[in-house]
Order: sequence, then C-alpha cells, then structure tokens
Amino acid sequence: MKTSVYAAVSAVALTVAAPALAEPQAEVLHWWTSGGEAKSVAVLQEEFAANGGTWTDMPVAGGGGDAAMTALRARVLSGNAPTAVQLKGPAIQEWYEEGVLADISAVAEAEGWADVLPASIAGHMKCEGNWCAAPVNVHRVDWIWANADVLAANGIDMPTSWDAFNAAADKLMAAGITPLAHGGQAWQDATVFEAVALGILGAEGFHKAFVELDMDTLKSDEMKAVFDQMRKMRGYVDDNFSGRDWNLATAMVMNGEAAFQIMGDWAKGEFLAAGKEPGKDFLCASTPGDGFLYNVDSFAMFDVDGDDKEAGQQLLAKLIVGKNFQKVFNLNKGSIPARTDVALDEFDSCAHLSAKDMSESSENGSLLPSYAHGMALRGAQSGAITDVVTAHFNSDMSSDDAVQMLADAVANSM
Amino acid sequence: MTEWLERHVPKMVLAPSFVAVLIFVYGFIIWTAWVSLTRSRLLPKYEIEGFIQYERLFASPRWDTAMSNLVVFGVLFIVIAMVLGLLLAILLDQNIRTEGALRTIYLYPMALSMIVTGTAWKWIMNPGLGIENMVRGWGFENFSFDWIIDPDMAIYAVVIAGIWQSSGFVMALFLAGLRSVDGEIIKAAQVDGIPTWRIYSAIIIPSMAPIFLSAFIVLAHLAIKSFDLVIALTGGGPGYATDLPATYMYAMAFSRGDIGQAASSAMVMMAVVFAIVVPYLYSELRAKRD
Repeated sequence: MKTSVYAAVSAVALTVAAPALAEPQAEVLHWWTSGGEAKSVAVLQEEFAANGGTWTDMPVAGGGGDAAMTALRARVLSGNAPTAVQLKGPAIQEWYEEGVLADISAVAEAEGWADVLPASIAGHMKCEGNWCAAPVNVHRVDWIWANADVLAANGIDMPTSWDAFNAAADKLMAAGITPLAHGGQAWQDATVFEAVALGILGAEGFHKAFVELDMDTLKSDEMKAVFDQMRKMRGYVDDNFSGRDWNLATAMVMNGEAAFQIMGDWAKGEFLAAGKEPGKDFLCASTPGDGFLYNVDSFAMFDVDGDDKEAGQQLLAKLIVGKNFQKVFNLNKGSIPARTDVALDEFDSCAHLSAKDMSESSENGSLLPSYAHGMALRGAQSGAITDVVTAHFNSDMSSDDAVQMLADAVANSM
Repeated sequence: MTEWLERHVPKMVLAPSFVAVLIFVYGFIIWTAWVSLTRSRLLPKYEIEGFIQYERLFASPRWDTAMSNLVVFGVLFIVIAMVLGLLLAILLDQNIRTEGALRTIYLYPMALSMIVTGTAWKWIMNPGLGIENMVRGWGFENFSFDWIIDPDMAIYAVVIAGIWQSSGFVMALFLAGLRSVDGEIIKAAQVDGIPTWRIYSAIIIPSMAPIFLSAFIVLAHLAIKSFDLVIALTGGGPGYATDLPATYMYAMAFSRGDIGQAASSAMVMMAVVFAIVVPYLYSELRAKRD
C-alpha cells in the first residue's frame, strides 16, 4: 500500500516537475573507486556537467559495495536518499519494496529504452512495470580465459564440453602446468560453480534452479553432476589458491603458470592492462554449454525532493543509457554496452563475441542472470547457495550431501 | 552552596554518560532484541513475527560451524594464552638482567592491531610463501604446514595468531600479579627450605586468583568479539570453515541484507557473553558484601 502511494506521488511529481526551469542536481552513490572504474565514472561526470548539471560525487569504497550499502541504508533511514545509487539485480526490487525508489518511466519512454535493451535485462530495470533504474553495462560471467602459448605447446584447443575440459586439464597436469587458475574466495567458487551449472543443467535448468529455486531441480541428479564436476575442478587448482584475489589468478594465466581461468570479463581488463592481445596472447571463449550469464551494473533512482534534483535524476538517466556514455564507459571497463544499437568498431574481439552471444541468447531465451554476482536472487538466497558451494569445494563433501545441503539452505533462507 | 555543589556535582557530571550508556548500550540491546523477532531484510521492520529468525539461525549449518569454531577458538585461545603468559611471567620474574627489554618484546604484539597480525600470519602460514616453503627450501621436501588452507585445521591457525597477539598482554598482567605478592611470605618460605616450584604452586599462584579472573574475562571477551583477526587471516575461509559468530553476523547484516538474521545471531552472542560474565560479576559482588 505504502509503496503504491509513493509510486503515485513520485509519478505525479515527475509530470509536474519542469526540468527546464531548475538546474539539474545529482548526488551519486557508487563504489567505482579503483583506477579504470574511477576513470569510467569521470566520463559520466563530465557529460553531466556539460549538460549544465551539478554532480555531487559520493564514492564509498570497500567490501565490494557492502560499505556503500551501509551508507545507503543510513541515508534512506534518515529520509535523505541520494539521487542515484549503483545497485543491481534484485536488490533494485528489494529497495523498491521499501518504498524509496522513483519512477523514471517518462525518460525511459521518451528515449525508447524498451526498443534498445534486451528484454531480460530491461526486466531488472523495472519495478512493477515502471522503470526505476538505468543499466550501465553488461558483464558476461561465463567466460573461460586461456594462455594461447600454453595451449599451443600442449596441443590443446579451447574446450567446448566439460569432458573436453577435463581431458585438457589432465593433459596439462601431466605436463606440470596448473590447469585452472583460481582464487579460493567464496564468490570465485560461486563463479566457477555457476559456469559449470550452466553447462550441465542447460539454460532451462539453470533458470529453474537459480532463478525460480525449484526444489526438484536443486535436488536433481544433474545438480549432483554439477557438484561432481566441481570436485574435479578442485583437483585442477594449485595448492596455494586459498584466499587468492582474482587478478592474481589472472596473472598466473598471463605468465603461463596456469592455462585457464573461469572469470567474468573484468579479467580481460587485466590482460589488456598488461599489454596482452586477445586472440594472440590470450584466448577468450564462453564456458562449455549454451547460454549467457550476465552481470549488469545499473543505477537505481531514489525518491528525491525538489525540482532541481528531479531534473538531475532525469538527465542522469538519459545520459547513462545514452550511446556515447555506453560506448566510452564500456571501453574503459571491459564490458559491453547494455543497449544493442551501439557501434562496436572500437571494441576488441572478445567484446564482439560477447555482444553477438548476447543478442543470440536473448532471442532463444538463454540470456540468464548470474546468481554468483547477485543478479538472479536476493542476498539471503544467493548467500545460502554460495555457502554450500564453497563448503563443498573446500572439503571432501560428497555430491549427494552437497545437494541435500543446498536444498536445506535454500529452504532455510526464505 | 558549596555543600550543595559537593553533593550534586558528581551526579551532574555522571549524568550525560549515564544517559548515553542507557540509550546506546541498553536501548540498542532492546532494539536488537525487537528486530530479532521480526522478518527484517534490507531495512529494519517492526512487526513481530515470533522466533522465526532463531529457528533459521539454528537450522543453518554455517551458524553451527561458527559456534563450534567459537568453542574451539575460545577454549584453546584462553587456556594456551593464560598458560603461556603465566610461564613467561614466571621466567621473567627470576630477576634477570634484561627483563625490561624482554618484557617489551613480549608485550609488543599487543601494540599491533589484529588486522596487522592477521595479515602477517596469513603470509607466514601460506604454504607457498611462508614456513612450509622455507623449510622445504632447506631440503626437507616432505615438510608440510598447510593448516591455513585445510578446512579442518584452519581454525587452529587462527588460534596460533591470536595467541601470538595476546599472550604478551597476559604475561604483563601476571607479572604485575607476581610482583604484588607479599615478599615476606616468600622469604619465609625460602628460609624454611621450600623448593621454588612449590613456592609458586602453593603460595604465589593461589594468591593471584583475582588476576586469573581478570585475564580470563579479558581473553573471553576478546575471543567472542573476535572478528578482524579472522577477516584478515582467512576471510572466514576456506569456504566458511573459520567463520565465528561475529563474522556470521557481519555477513548477514552487511553483505546479505538479512538484518533479522543478524539481530538474532547478535542476541545469541550476547547470551554467551552473559553466561560468562554474569557469574563472574555475581561472585565479585558477593565477595564485596561479605
């Protein structure tokens, strides 16, 4: 009830507001503070200023966004929400249910977002049918990266099935090379897990298991096979993987200590920063299996008072989805634009592959949200799954036990 | 006037801190208890739903791990730090020449924050960088010390780092205690020809009972609150094998948007603290009254 009142009020406010009269103001809460990311935000900041707006930057670093979320909670509870906040996935709907998000449908419709965004990504940006967030980029999660020289020296092709991956890994083990560069952090375990799950369960099974939380799928024999494969993956990892950061694992692939890494396309940024060329020094391919797991960063628009702030919010939303920002930002960040009509001439071959797979998978329904990166499920549920995945990966738990634990943990997290 | 001031100034000076403690300690304990009975997720809600959060908590295998880790960590940390601290204190008490320097060396880890301790020990115990690698480099190829990456042993790695950090502090406490024992009694015992170890075990240590209690209380609350050490040393890993209640609570409140669950785990942690502290306070207060 309360939320619908809020929505109604904000809808009225939007139609009443006259953006042209007030100088646009925006306070933006985000956690893009590291080198490449900060540069990407600066692009938006400049564009905003060039359109006559005043940007108040509110970067809160730390804990992969945990610190920013704590700051956001405090701001919202004190009735003084920022204009726009870097939020993604179901967290947007979670905040909407607290009755604090604004309706930006006016901008979205004027700009024709519905025509340029893939349907399943657009779905994340809507709260009960109204647009409430603006997508920035699309990271693909189910990538497998490889050192081209290592593969060539051992006569291995990029694997197209998990059996082929296992065969290649055994061959590499015999040659004394670590097959899989991996960091033992829960979210990295989950990243590998979901890539394996997508390959073994298929797009439909993945959707059932990690979007609908269907108990039969979670307890199915296919899920046991996923855990069996995870047990094999554990054997392909070196001994010092515990607690290693993902970029150090990427470095292992770069300098030939390891052959493969399964990681989202932010890993590409590491390769490029080290002066490596895609296709020549390193190879990129989707992990075995059909589908596309996306991790979409977006800005959710919060309810704010005052014409200047509302004008700022609308300008910000317009610019974020604008072609120029989508291109420049994603060139910096290694991801691909969320809108499908941006020219990709300046992007590298991996990005081209990603964009092609995105539009194909969008058509055949295998464009799926990443569970490991908080796109598919709410924090409590995805956390519960990750607990099981990482407990299984780091112990000698049997697949039967893991599947049972998975079902129990999901039920308990509701 | 002066008489009035004399009577009321202490109360006036104490009043603000009393009010602050009342609100920020006890007020928020009550608030947390309330929230732990609701279905709060991202933001706190106030409709009471019963004990659902506690049911979820006790059904969670991760919480089981956290609690059993607390028992392992708490018992080993407290017992070993106290035994080691006492031993060091007794050795330092032998009127040795460099006591000042040694005391400082042993006390120094206390000056480091847990984050620094945790990070340093993470590297020391990392099999590829630290002790294991070094000893293998000396030619002992079969030497293995990989507790930190072994889910069954990782909690003992945390114990090691915790003891390194705190036993110097316990030593200082005990040293002060040893010095406060009446010298006349010790001399009398020496005159009677009683061996030194008997003097310690029968006279000095029993007379230090209050110091043992203080050391125990300090170490116990360090163990229960222990958070930064685990975060820096293992990040709760491998998996969640070294989770403690405090890290569980943090994960629920700040990473997962599950405030009700975090509140209920906080209440259970508080119950554990009370179970230890209340008997202590009770015995202390009763002793005063006698």
